[in-house]
Amino acid sequence: MKHILEFEKPIINLKEKIVELKKFTSESELDLTEEITTLEKRLAELEEDVYGNLKPWDRVQMARHPERPTTMDYVEEIFTSFIEFHGDRYFGDDEAIIAGIAYYHDQPVTVIGHQRGKDTKENIRRNFGMPHPEGYRKALRHMKQAEKFNRPIICFIDTKGAYPGKAAEERGQSEAIAKNLMEMAGLTVPIICIVIGEGGSGGALALGVGDRLHMLENSTYSVISPEGAAALLWKDSRQAKRAAETMKITAYDLKDLHVIDQIIPEARGGAHRDVKQQAEYIDLVIKQSLEQLSSYTKDELLEKRWEKYKVIGEFE
Amino acid sequence: MAKFMFSKRKKYATIPSEHSKVDVPEGLMQKCDKCHKIFYRKEMKKTLNVCPNCGYHHPLKAWDRIEDLFDEGTFKEWDKQLTSVNPLDFPDYEEKIKKDRQKTGLNEGIITGEGLINGQATSVAVMDSSFRMGSMGSAIGEKITRAIENAREASLPFIIFTASGGARMQEGVLSLMQMAKTSVAIKRFSDSGGLMISIMTHPTTGGVSASFASLGDYNFAEPGALIGFAGRRIIEQTIREKLPEDFQTAEFQLKHGQLDRIVPREEMKDLLTTLLEMHQKGRNDA
Repeated sequence: MKHILEFEKPIINLKEKIVELKKFTSESELDLTEEITTLEKRLAELEEDVYGNLKPWDRVQMARHPERPTTMDYVEEIFTSFIEFHGDRYFGDDEAIIAGIAYYHDQPVTVIGHQRGKDTKENIRRNFGMPHPEGYRKALRHMKQAEKFNRPIICFIDTKGAYPGKAAEERGQSEAIAKNLMEMAGLTVPIICIVIGEGGSGGALALGVGDRLHMLENSTYSVISPEGAAALLWKDSRQAKRAAETMKITAYDLKDLHVIDQIIPEARGGAHRDVKQQAEYIDLVIKQSLEQLSSYTKDELLEKRWEKYKVIGEFE
Repeated sequence: MAKFMFSKRKKYATIPSEHSKVDVPEGLMQKCDKCHKIFYRKEMKKTLNVCPNCGYHHPLKAWDRIEDLFDEGTFKEWDKQLTSVNPLDFPDYEEKIKKDRQKTGLNEGIITGEGLINGQATSVAVMDSSFRMGSMGSAIGEKITRAIENAREASLPFIIFTASGGARMQEGVLSLMQMAKTSVAIKRFSDSGGLMISIMTHPTTGGVSASFASLGDYNFAEPGALIGFAGRRIIEQTIREKLPEDFQTAEFQLKHGQLDRIVPREEMKDLLTTLLEMHQKGRNDA
């Protein structure tokens, strides 16, 4: 466990103490089993208390955890025979987004997702999962292909947002994002979108228009990062924690706002603690979603997608 | 009688204007934000807030634009009463909305409706940047969505003038989702053969530029308008270099292939008329 989050420290300390006592017991004459049992009981309570009451800012930390599973981790666990394809056919290949086809159980599907790096070197290559326009265009090219070959589309959302760079603007990132939103609205195959980490603004939304939108329990989805919101609203990016609470960005908040369909539970302590178990949770939700969606005709699918988006928002 | 008229004029002259500076008599004169030359307000009104000297396009109020474009007495407003609520219980949001409603006389930063432009029937949505910087929340998303649906049902073209700093922070992810909502509506409209014309005016940035503003069959902009997704300061901080002066202007976007044309305000009505006529004729001939 290389990266320990601030709020997890009491748990880690207690765990270390238990390990120490166990070691002591096995090496010495003194029997501390009773003490160990007491501490283990306390650990269970503490874990329940900490992980059961995560604050928005804690979840932001979880969503950004360096060891948090990425799109590729889930692709390996949930799908088989994944073949990645590259390039947008206009400009280049944006490695901040991966796309390809695979079997989901026995069914061919198209899988697309933001891809963060595991280390600095890979992160530089993948631009920390922040796409340029060619990333969105690559994604759209594969979505169109999915439609042609009647494959459902699974999108994994995991990005801080669109890359705020000069080249991205010059190559029309507004147009690229807008085009994806509009085209995804009209694709005649089921689209399932799952936020697995950070869902940041337009860069996330460009893979996020579909028939089902789910979020992992400790993922976030927001119009702007907490730091950005704090800088805009209070001219102080250090108030990010406050912004994380005010902006309502957790899976629970989005469920309350009727933006998402399901909250996918996470392994205790976060998805990174048990990738296999996490993949199973996700697998189950994809399965349910696909089953529900496969009964619709193409027209019904589009009609229901429209109805889903038509009602998002509050006004009077 | 003379006294009465005088007091009336005086009252008119005290309406605060965002363009007038302290050294200019309020109401009567107007100073160009760019070249700082002073003109009679009447003269500026005639040029639709375009500087007669340097051609700078000052923001135009939504109602002034509608009045200029639509044949007299033909414009019918839709969903006039629709306004924002406070879905996130965001501190002070309601007060801010209330203040801008009083300031602008609008219920939200957009007017939608239908009417005739030189006899051509069309629907329209006109954003007004004086209302919370034209930022898009649920109410604006809903008004645009309804307008597009109305246009689809009535087989009317849809013209949108954008002026927006982007998403409305106080509505969080709901404002982000308005990008998706309006785009889904545009897809339906487009698939039904509907004509959509987008005109980006100063400023069209963030979530608005990355959704409906970029989704017209024709995308135009007014000269000098700021158009882009990410803010200049954020980009400069990210790439650690100074951006060129013309970065994210309409001219920059045209050069990079992102716009069909730049259209000066005085030519707008003629161009729209021609386009509406051409598409109507295409429809009739089909």
